[in-house]
Amino acid sequence: MSSAMFDLILQATLDTLYMVAISGVISTLLGLPLGVLLYVTRPRQILARPMLNQALSLITNIGRSIPFIILMVAIIPFTRMLVGTSIGINAASVPLTIAAIPFVARLIEGALNELSPGLIESAQAMGATPWQIICKVLIPEARGGIITGLTITVVTLVSYSAMAGAVGGGGLGDLGIRYGYNRFNPTIMLTTVVILVFMVQGFQSLGDYLVRKSDRK
Amino acid sequence: MIELSNVSKTYGSGAKAVHALKNVHLAIPKGAIHGVIGLSGAGKSTLIRCVNLLERPTEGSVVVDGRDITRLGAAELNRARHRIGMIFQHFNLLTTRTVFDNVALPLELAGERKAAIKRRVAPLLDMVGLADKAGMYPAQLSGGQKQRVAIARALASDPQVLLCDEATSALDPQTTSAILELLRDINVKLGITILLITHEMEVVKSICHRVSLISNGELVEDADVGDFFTAPRTDLGRDFLNDFLELTPPKELTARLLEAPGEHTHPVVRLTFSGDAVSTPLISRLARECDVDVSILQAKVESIQERTLGLMIAELLGDTDQTRKAMEYLKAHQLQVEVLGHVQRDV
Repeated sequence: MSSAMFDLILQATLDTLYMVAISGVISTLLGLPLGVLLYVTRPRQILARPMLNQALSLITNIGRSIPFIILMVAIIPFTRMLVGTSIGINAASVPLTIAAIPFVARLIEGALNELSPGLIESAQAMGATPWQIICKVLIPEARGGIITGLTITVVTLVSYSAMAGAVGGGGLGDLGIRYGYNRFNPTIMLTTVVILVFMVQGFQSLGDYLVRKSDRK
Repeated sequence: MIELSNVSKTYGSGAKAVHALKNVHLAIPKGAIHGVIGLSGAGKSTLIRCVNLLERPTEGSVVVDGRDITRLGAAELNRARHRIGMIFQHFNLLTTRTVFDNVALPLELAGERKAAIKRRVAPLLDMVGLADKAGMYPAQLSGGQKQRVAIARALASDPQVLLCDEATSALDPQTTSAILELLRDINVKLGITILLITHEMEVVKSICHRVSLISNGELVEDADVGDFFTAPRTDLGRDFLNDFLELTPPKELTARLLEAPGEHTHPVVRLTFSGDAVSTPLISRLARECDVDVSILQAKVESIQERTLGLMIAELLGDTDQTRKAMEYLKAHQLQVEVLGHVQRDV
């Protein structure tokens, strides 16, 4: 493999990591509160607001039902407004983030739903406010499930980022398609796939390790 | 200390309405241990949850320490709840917090400083006998130890009232008695008023001062524990007592039991002795003075706190006149005599 090829692959790897990192962090920052909100506004929950809950749930479901490749193209004007361009890794990070927010929210909601209702009840009996219940009981107790959800999100983002090539996004998927598939370069094709496999493996192992460390059951 | 007046709780409305509590009146004085016993689904859990408004009554008032907590706003209610501790059947400890941090939680919620929390938690762990387990996680503890942590946690914010929701139902008999012992200690040392709900007579027997019997959302009996165990006033109360004492006539006998006395029958009676009657040799005197023979089918002596309770199922052998006189003799000596039926005399 020539050094030019090597540079190309290295750059693509960094680009993928960059897109996953940006969209992973921002979608967690926005998806976590949304997931908590989806849970605590359910009927008979600590901040029961059935109407709000249904509205949030509907929006989340719409977000999750739009195919990523369509979402990417559809929000180009929004992307351009936000980052000033519709091509490149910054531009690709926008639809990745948008797609990941409802995904994260549902996984967080699911993790909270696994908790025993008795925990909330006992916190209420202690005179905890809803905010205290969220911060001191729900999130800490669900952290294993939350980390599992975020690991799934990051792995999904790695594979979604490969589609970012469709809008000139860059990254390993883009490289694999342009050089490996379109130019019949099996070495590049294979190399990008192998790197992606290792990347996913790495994120998964890291996630599993963090879950194990946080698990006290 | 706790006063429920006219408390009702209804879920749903119209034809589908479920009346979990109906017109409940309950007054528990300061420092008492009050038990509420009932079958599952009778409304025990709803009742205890009305005391700290985990369930809001549809009607009625709940006065704790002189304040009607149904009238408090959210912030005031939370402050009032700091003074009402609660423990649960399944402990409800936070799995991600150590023993120390679990006990510290109510203090954190009340906004206490770290140093103050430290000073408060250590003696609490000492009191429940877990001083050496402060750094452990709940998963590393046994059921009894978890309930001790929960008790320490409930006591952290210095409550005046402790609510126990089937607190020993998930524990084995030895652990149950150790936990009950601890609750009694707390009641005596700290003067905390305890309201507990249970389906186990053993719990009522060993620590309660008074007991209420709940059935279909209504309190059907309210008595001193000694009275309840010697003379329950309702059928349900008697069922609980007989199940607890395991004193039911043998199957072989019930099969032969006739409802009405016949030509050649004699009565089978259940005798309940309490107070002085327990230590008097009544049966042998009965035989001498009334000229009847007594065949004892089953007998048991239980001590209910300071009182002793004797129970016996016996056949009175004699003619109609003799057995009638015998029963009058027993009643005159403060025994409760209940005729279970009559059996045919062996010829």
